[in-house]
Amino acid sequence: MEALLRILEDLHPEVDFETNKSLIDDKILDSFDIITLIAEISEEYDVKIPVDEIVPENFNSAEALYNLIQRLKDEE
Amino acid sequence: MMTRQTNILEYLENIWNLYPDKVCYANESEEFTFRQVYISARAIGTFLYKQGHYKKPVVVFMKKHPKTIIAFLGVVYAGDYYVPIDEEMPVHRIELIFKNLLPEAVICDESTKDKIKTFNYDKNVYLYDDLVKTSPDDEVLKKILDRAIDTDPIYVVFTSGSTGVPKGVVACHRSVIDYIESFSEVLGINSSTVFGNQTPLYVDASLKEIYPTLKFGATAYIIPKELFMFPLKLIEFLNEKKINTICWVVPALTMISGLGVFDKVKPEYLHTIAFGSEVFPMKQFLIWRKALPYARFINLYGPTEATGMSCYYIVDREFSENDVIPIGRPFRNTDIILLNEKNQPAKEGEPGEICIRGTSLTLGYYRDFDRTAEVFVQNPLNNLYPELIYRTGDLGKYNERGELIFLSRKDYQIKHMGHRIELGEIEAAIGRMNGIINACCIFDDEKKKIVLFYTGNSPKTDVINYAKEKLPRYMIPHVIEKLEVMPLTTNGKINRLLLKEKYMNRKEEP
Repeated sequence: MEALLRILEDLHPEVDFETNKSLIDDKILDSFDIITLIAEISEEYDVKIPVDEIVPENFNSAEALYNLIQRLKDEE
Repeated sequence: MMTRQTNILEYLENIWNLYPDKVCYANESEEFTFRQVYISARAIGTFLYKQGHYKKPVVVFMKKHPKTIIAFLGVVYAGDYYVPIDEEMPVHRIELIFKNLLPEAVICDESTKDKIKTFNYDKNVYLYDDLVKTSPDDEVLKKILDRAIDTDPIYVVFTSGSTGVPKGVVACHRSVIDYIESFSEVLGINSSTVFGNQTPLYVDASLKEIYPTLKFGATAYIIPKELFMFPLKLIEFLNEKKINTICWVVPALTMISGLGVFDKVKPEYLHTIAFGSEVFPMKQFLIWRKALPYARFINLYGPTEATGMSCYYIVDREFSENDVIPIGRPFRNTDIILLNEKNQPAKEGEPGEICIRGTSLTLGYYRDFDRTAEVFVQNPLNNLYPELIYRTGDLGKYNERGELIFLSRKDYQIKHMGHRIELGEIEAAIGRMNGIINACCIFDDEKKKIVLFYTGNSPKTDVINYAKEKLPRYMIPHVIEKLEVMPLTTNGKINRLLLKEKYMNRKEEP
C-alpha cells in the first residue's frame, strides 16, 4: 500500500490519498493520471490491469485501487 | 445556383430547412435539431444586437455542451465575434485574457454564472437560457448579414504565450470557409457523417465538427470528457451513437490502443479517423490500423494562426515501427514554404521552418500588433508586392517521396495532451510566486511529463498548490524539483539543456 501511496502522491502531492474516496467523482484524477497510474502500477507490482477493470469504481480511492491490485495478484 | 459564400452562417441558412428535424449537435443526453439550432442562434443574435453589441467580442463562458456551439452561432448572427473561454480555467488567467479583450458581454450558463462573479468584471453577463427566449427579428438579422464582409472576424481563441500573457488569435469568415471546404473534401464528409467530438470547444480544433456538420447536414456528438479515462465505456459510446468519424488528439487514441481495448471491443461504425496535435507513436498506430483495417487514417497538422489545420496525409501505404507518419501536403488553396536559416527554400532533405501562405492565415493577435508582426511577416521570397506568410516556428523537411515531415519545435513550445503550451508561460506563472527565485521547465518527451525546477525557500506542496491556482490543468507540472542552485549558461541564462540532459539520464538509472 505504501508504494501505491507514493505513486499517487507523486502525481498529486496536495491530495490526502488515505482519506479521499472520490478521486474520480471530484475530478482529481484525469485521463493522463489514469494512464500514468496504470504504467507505474505495472512496474511496481508487476501486474497488468486488464482493460475491463479500468472503470471508475476501481480508481475512486487508493484503497479501491489497492484492492484491485491484490485481487489481480491473487488471480495469477 | 451557386453563389459565392461570404459568411459561415450561410451553412446553417442553407441547410436547416432541408433537415429540420435531424439531430445537429448533441451530447450523451440532449439533442438539438437543425431547426432548434437555427431558431436559438437567431434568437441570441437578435438579443445581442438589440442590446447594442455589434462588431464586438462576446465571451462565451459555458461548460462543454451543444448549447455552447449554438451560442457561438448566435454571436455571429449579431455581427459580433465569439471568444470561447474554458470554464475550468483559473480565474487569474481569465482576468489576463479579459484585460486584453475588454469584453462588454459574456454569455454564461447555469454552471458558470456564479464563477463569473468571482472575478473582476463589471460589464454585461447574460444567461444562455434567457437569451434563447428572444423572438428572432428577421429584418434585423438580414440587415446584419447583408452588411457583413468575409474578412470580418468570427472568433478569437486564446493560446499559450511565452511571456505569461495568452495571445488571442483572430480568424475571419473567409479563412474558416476556406478551411472547412478543403477539410471536408479530404475527409469525405457528407450528410451521413456522425462526428464524435473530443477536442475542447474553446480551441480552433473544434471547427472540424462545428461547421462541416452545418455544411452537410451531418450530426456531431460531444463525447463526455470522463469517458476518455475509461476506454471501454468510450467505445460503447461510439457504438451506441453510431459514430463514424473522429478527429481526435493523438493521446486520446493511444489511450485506447495502449490499454488493449481492441481485445475486448471494437468501434463498429468508425470509418474515418483523423488525428493531430502530436506525433502518433508508430507502435500504437499499427494497433489501430490492425483493429480497423478498412478505415481511413488521416494525419493532420496546423497552427491556430493558420485557422485549424494546414496539412494532411492520408495513410496510403504500410509503415514499419521505425517510420514516422508524414504530415504530407497542404490543403487545397494553402501553400507551405520551408525556409532554411538563410531564409531560402530548403532543399530536399534539408530541415527548414514551416511557413504558411494563403487565405487560411488568420488576421493576427488581438490588440497586439507587435507580437503579430513578429510571426506574420513579408514573404522573404517575394520583394515585388506585400504578401504575408505565417512563420510557425516548427521545423520540417521533405522526404524522398516529396512528403512533408514534421521534425520539432524551434523554441520552447510543446504539445501536451493535445494542448499547445509555452513552457515560458509556466515559468512566468511560477516565477511570480513569493519565495521563488528561479523557475525553469523542461519537457520529458519520453514519459510526456512537464518537469519544473525551481530555487527558493517554498516547499514543493506550496508550489504545486500555487500552480493549480494559476495555471490550466494541462499546464501543471507533473514533476517538481527543488534545486539549491540553478545551472546557468555562459550567457547567464538558465541552462535548460543541461537540466534536461541530467533529468533524462538520471531517470534511466534503475
